[in-house]
Amino acid sequence: MYILYSLVFVILLIGAAIVGVGIAGLTSVFGIVIPYVSIVVFLSGIVYQVIKWSMSPVPFHIPTVAGQQKSLPWIKSSQLESPHTSLGVVGRMALEILFFRSLFRNTKMEMKSGPVLTYGSTKYLWLGAIIFHWSLLVILLRHLRLFMQPIPQFVIYIQSLDGFFQIGVPDIYITDALISLALLFLFLRRIVDFKVRYISLVSDYFPLLLILAIVTTGVMMRYFTRVDIVKIKEFAVGLFSFHPFVEQGIGLIFYVHLFLVCALLVYFPFSKLLHMPGIFLSPTRNLANNSRMKRHVNPWNHPVRVHTYEEYEDEFREKMKGAGLPVEKE
Amino acid sequence: MSKVKTSPEELINSINYKPTRKDWMDPAVEFKPGTYNHSGNPKNVEYLGLPNPRKWQPSDSDWQLPENWKEIILEGLRDRLHRFRSLKIFMDICVRCGACADKCHFFIGSGDPKNMPVVRAELLRSIYRGNFTLAGKLLGKIAGSRKLDVDVIKEWFYYFYQCTQCRRCSVFCPYGIDTAEITLLVRELLNLIGVNIDWIITPVANSFRTGNHLGIQPHGFKESIEFAVDDLESVTGVRVEAPVNRKGAEILFIAPSADYFATPHYYTLLGYLALFHEIGLDYTWSTYASEGGNFGSFISHDLMKSLNAKMYAEAKRLGVKWILGGECGHMWRVINQYMDTLNGPADFLEEPVSPITGTKFENARSTKMVHICEFTADLIKNGKIKLDKSRNDHWKITFHDSCNPARALGLIEEPRYIIKNSCNYFYEMPENTIKEKTFCCGSGAGLGTDENLEMRLRGGLPRANAVKFVKEKHGVNFLGCICAIDKATLPTLVDYWVGGVEVGGVHELLGNALIMKGEKERKTDLRGNAIQSTRNEENDKI
Repeated sequence: MYILYSLVFVILLIGAAIVGVGIAGLTSVFGIVIPYVSIVVFLSGIVYQVIKWSMSPVPFHIPTVAGQQKSLPWIKSSQLESPHTSLGVVGRMALEILFFRSLFRNTKMEMKSGPVLTYGSTKYLWLGAIIFHWSLLVILLRHLRLFMQPIPQFVIYIQSLDGFFQIGVPDIYITDALISLALLFLFLRRIVDFKVRYISLVSDYFPLLLILAIVTTGVMMRYFTRVDIVKIKEFAVGLFSFHPFVEQGIGLIFYVHLFLVCALLVYFPFSKLLHMPGIFLSPTRNLANNSRMKRHVNPWNHPVRVHTYEEYEDEFREKMKGAGLPVEKE
Repeated sequence: MSKVKTSPEELINSINYKPTRKDWMDPAVEFKPGTYNHSGNPKNVEYLGLPNPRKWQPSDSDWQLPENWKEIILEGLRDRLHRFRSLKIFMDICVRCGACADKCHFFIGSGDPKNMPVVRAELLRSIYRGNFTLAGKLLGKIAGSRKLDVDVIKEWFYYFYQCTQCRRCSVFCPYGIDTAEITLLVRELLNLIGVNIDWIITPVANSFRTGNHLGIQPHGFKESIEFAVDDLESVTGVRVEAPVNRKGAEILFIAPSADYFATPHYYTLLGYLALFHEIGLDYTWSTYASEGGNFGSFISHDLMKSLNAKMYAEAKRLGVKWILGGECGHMWRVINQYMDTLNGPADFLEEPVSPITGTKFENARSTKMVHICEFTADLIKNGKIKLDKSRNDHWKITFHDSCNPARALGLIEEPRYIIKNSCNYFYEMPENTIKEKTFCCGSGAGLGTDENLEMRLRGGLPRANAVKFVKEKHGVNFLGCICAIDKATLPTLVDYWVGGVEVGGVHELLGNALIMKGEKERKTDLRGNAIQSTRNEENDKI
């Protein structure tokens, strides 16, 4: 049911672009107004969320550590899994953000007869996730060639590396293939693995399908229904230099692609996609395992009722004296 | 300890990992005996000044909640979202990737899909979305939000008291989402409307009044320690000193109260006493701070603070230099990650230095509290104690990393170093069940009651199964650990699932091996088992 909802939403979005541009001819709305609005919503939405998170303090020092602490000098501590220095934390976070360290640890529990429980290593989710995210990054960077004139050298470098195999005309980008496969895997996994299916919501299927639709329209433009790339570049440079104008004859599919990207941008700050900025603020990962070395201050550390020693002795003084325990007041 | 009627085979057969297609959004739960804890005793709820004391049980249909309970919960949630960045982040960024799903011992042992950590958190997240996010307010169920009603409260009670705050899921989560944090905060919310369990409320009330969870009064405490001194003498022939409430001692020693009142904890106590005597430690016990553990930490940050305050207060009153802490799991989570923040700075204490070796415990320079395993490992490394490993030759040992020392401290090698220097036969359980990936005993965070036995046995299955593996492979017959709740509950667990394995502390093993000046020939270990030392004194290294 949730899958159907997600699919309907994506189809509606595609339909909106087709109707809006193809039938109603609202090219400047879809080509100028909506992109600008989306970028504003995206950026301000993320800034708003990060500020909202930051407004709440981190009252306690609660890293989840995954390795040996720093204690006695002759016991080797784990700098990356249980860092006690800021540099170590940077390393741990870098491993987490760039290489999905924790996901790499993943195991699959199985109950065999006996019963014997096993927890074999499983890397599929990690592989799917890492291929998807890295491909997405490369594709985003490749797109810079459409917005910038002259094209930065590193973009050209990435582009040539991505098209390294030089198969097909034009060259097929490896990341186009990889991201499609990864997205399909991540989507199918949500349907096939009954545990993940049980937990999946519309907000899990929808972004996968939306990004898949973006990738599909992009791939179609590049490899099948060729669009006028020169015009698109002129349009994109105009958009990014704040001198927007609408080119005629770019092709409907481009507007569909663009509109879906806008939808993703608007959706981003209100959804689980916030995991991108959020991971930087996760207190179980971004704090050093040094809470006994350095005091962590809680700004709202309010007083609580305590049972003082005096109250305690008042209640038990006679018994304490009877047992020969020293007391403060005779 | 009551016996569960179901056989291990029946329990295993009842586990089905394939969720029925029933939507998790339906909050209905069934309170079956054996799977939940009894409610907090109203007398103690009142004593602690907590809201809504009354007689009720989870199986009642009417929980007698305050009239404005919904408001209280939502206001409480809003307040906590403002006070805890962790909560906000954890509510917003989960992508439901499912990496945590099969990491929870309660899911593995029950097959109940709502025990997948992600769903446990979604039980709260769905209410958060419905009340605090735009999408949730507008789109309702499509945005994954639910309405708050009494059934949700019952469901929260059921499932947030089926989490032992072990944080195993947090190790595997790509964002480190910490279910223990969510569980603790939901329990705080439930507490606001008088929904809590007795195995937390009563120990907390006891600890508040008498200084320890068991409600042992000062004279009773002293008697227990003296009893242990007698017992130790009968095994070793050495009469040790065990000062209590002594001002001017260098070190205050605090252990979980079960160490002096329950078995097999008691043998660990004998180990501490023997060790402190042998090295001539200038220390004292305290009756006011006679509890290392902190059941307050299972339900509320405020109660945690309230109970924990006694440690520094007593250290100050007695004028000690620093504090040494015994073998306990959640106690060390509180000391390591909360104490200094809640009740510090401890500027009246000194940076801990071992009086025996001169080692500075730089890792504890602010909190000024050292773990007994750090302390003892340092003694061994510096050759300050003599150990006869062969006195533990009747044990084939494996070590259970207690959740909190492993995942809150990273105290992994210290206890192993002590075991390896005290015993000849040590075998690790499979890699994915130890260290940071260790499995909980299934009874932590206040769930270790008789009435909850079936759920405990389910939750403890992964741990027990790994013990069974090393028992069958290496003949392991001793499960070592450094947690009082482990020592209280693992015996029941391994008896049920494994059989023939004893549970005990690391300092029990050390106490067995410790060669004391002037001791008589040891005929038994600290438990009274006959032993035969094969030590050759000429080979002793100092």
